[in-house]
Amino acid sequence: MIAVGKMTNKKPLIEIENNSKQETVVVEMKHLKKSFGNNHVLRDINLIVNKGENLVILGQSGTGKSVLIKCIVGLIQIDEGKLLIFGKVISELRNKELIQIYRRIGFLFQSGALYDSMSVRENLEFPLRRQLSSTPKEKIDFLIEEALHNVGLSKSIDKTPSELSGGMRKRLGLARTLILKPEIMLYDEPTTGLDPITSKEISNLILDVQKKYNTSSIIITHDIECAKLTSNRIIVIKDGICAAEGSYENLEKSTDPWIRSFFQ
Amino acid sequence: MSSKPIETISDSVFKVFFEEVYSITIFTLRFFKEAILPPYEFNEVLKQSFLIGYKSLPLVAITGFIIGLVLTIQSRPTLAKFGAESWLPAMVAVSIIREIGPVITALIFAGKVGSGIGAELASMNVTEQIDAMQVSDTNPFKYLVVTRVVAATLMLPILVIIADSVGLLGSFMGVNIKGDVSFYLYFSMVFQSMQFEDLFPALIKTIFFGFAIGLIGSYKGYNSNKGTEGVGKAANSAVVFASLMVFVIDMIAVQVTSLLQN
Ligand SMILES: Nc1ncnc2c1ncn2[C@@H]1O[C@H](COP(=O)(O)OP(=O)(O)O)[C@@H](O)[C@H]1O
Ligand SMILES: [Mg+2]
Repeated sequence: MIAVGKMTNKKPLIEIENNSKQETVVVEMKHLKKSFGNNHVLRDINLIVNKGENLVILGQSGTGKSVLIKCIVGLIQIDEGKLLIFGKVISELRNKELIQIYRRIGFLFQSGALYDSMSVRENLEFPLRRQLSSTPKEKIDFLIEEALHNVGLSKSIDKTPSELSGGMRKRLGLARTLILKPEIMLYDEPTTGLDPITSKEISNLILDVQKKYNTSSIIITHDIECAKLTSNRIIVIKDGICAAEGSYENLEKSTDPWIRSFFQ
Repeated sequence: MSSKPIETISDSVFKVFFEEVYSITIFTLRFFKEAILPPYEFNEVLKQSFLIGYKSLPLVAITGFIIGLVLTIQSRPTLAKFGAESWLPAMVAVSIIREIGPVITALIFAGKVGSGIGAELASMNVTEQIDAMQVSDTNPFKYLVVTRVVAATLMLPILVIIADSVGLLGSFMGVNIKGDVSFYLYFSMVFQSMQFEDLFPALIKTIFFGFAIGLIGSYKGYNSNKGTEGVGKAANSAVVFASLMVFVIDMIAVQVTSLLQN
């Protein structure tokens, strides 16, 4: 049973019992396991992400949250268990089909992962040229300008990443990911290291993305404000398993001191 | 005295050594596989070749000039003692072209380009840029490693030719500090003494130097630890290891050349 809430402005969350499979599941993990040598990072992860939903994952540093979402895009191979994306079992797909699936997923890296040897424009051009190689130049220029406009960076198009502030770097990373219009977005600590105001801006951008493109997202964060703003549902990971799950309001009311510690 | 600790130490040193050899071998095989199979990143190879060549050109040229000059000035008294001063241009030219030009240029190249590649790839690794490329439909090994190794392999021979030429120019000036040899006379003396066997093996070995330096820099950077200290470590060990390899290859080259010439 999964409790799903729809975000509305400051009104209490409405809980919907989702037994009817009305919503399409875009990502599903069944008994997922991943170890690095003796370091058993993911022990038994079971979760689903519904279409159009923002799922927030909370958990202490080093619990394997980044590993979890890197498994989804194939940067890390899972040891055991099943991973389904868009209803397809990943381990059963051939390379060509995998590439098609991965193209529909966007990844915002924790550090932004901006290419420092390239300008802002070239950073955005890179994924476009790589995936849509035959696109005419005018179309590419248009897409770049649109993507920068969406994150409010139009003026910085000819700068290099090192000239940008932390918040701008995150926004550029976001623009670079969104330029390919992914159906699933994975955010790795999008607000870590930013001041509260910039964090809020990024959280709002995440919400905009959800509304505008109806993307399904996994958002990893420590930032409880970001979780509150962006989440439809929260999963808390501890010792390699999903230890708690629910809406922000539900978890906030929890009496478990360990869960409460996230909300302080 | 107990021999146990020493055994354990040498065991672990051996283990580390062979593990390193093993993983470099795998890396090298992967290089050939990825370099041969399409798609090819021609534009990136050109860009890297330009960057690598352009970055090291001034340093290589200046060093080449100074070495030619100094070698000439220092060899003169010895040759004069034997009354063989007229051999000066030929002797210096042969040492520059056969040995000093390639080896010194390769060492500079290892210090500048090898460490540069190591640091660049390591920092791309730490900041997840390599991961980001992979999720952008790009094979990072092809895009980053193959291109740099190919560029280093192509550029070092060219840089060595430039260093040799500038070195001969320096030597010409060195000869003229205490003598009066015309440009034309100097170079006809140099080319008379020069044989195909001097030039060709020297150029072939620079191709191997360039390949080794590019490969070691890439290996150290690509497989660096995911921490900020990994960047410095990658750059540092790339230089040390690449310089060592230059001497090892040089030694092998000398053996092979002398075997072939007999
Ligand atoms: N590529 C890797 N190789 C070995 N260990 C790794 C790798 N990636 C992550 N780990 C280990 O997995 C654990 C979880 O890491 P991570 O997912 O980055 O944590 P976080 O929840 O803070 O994002 C850490 O102990 C880390 O050392
Ligand atoms: Mg992380």
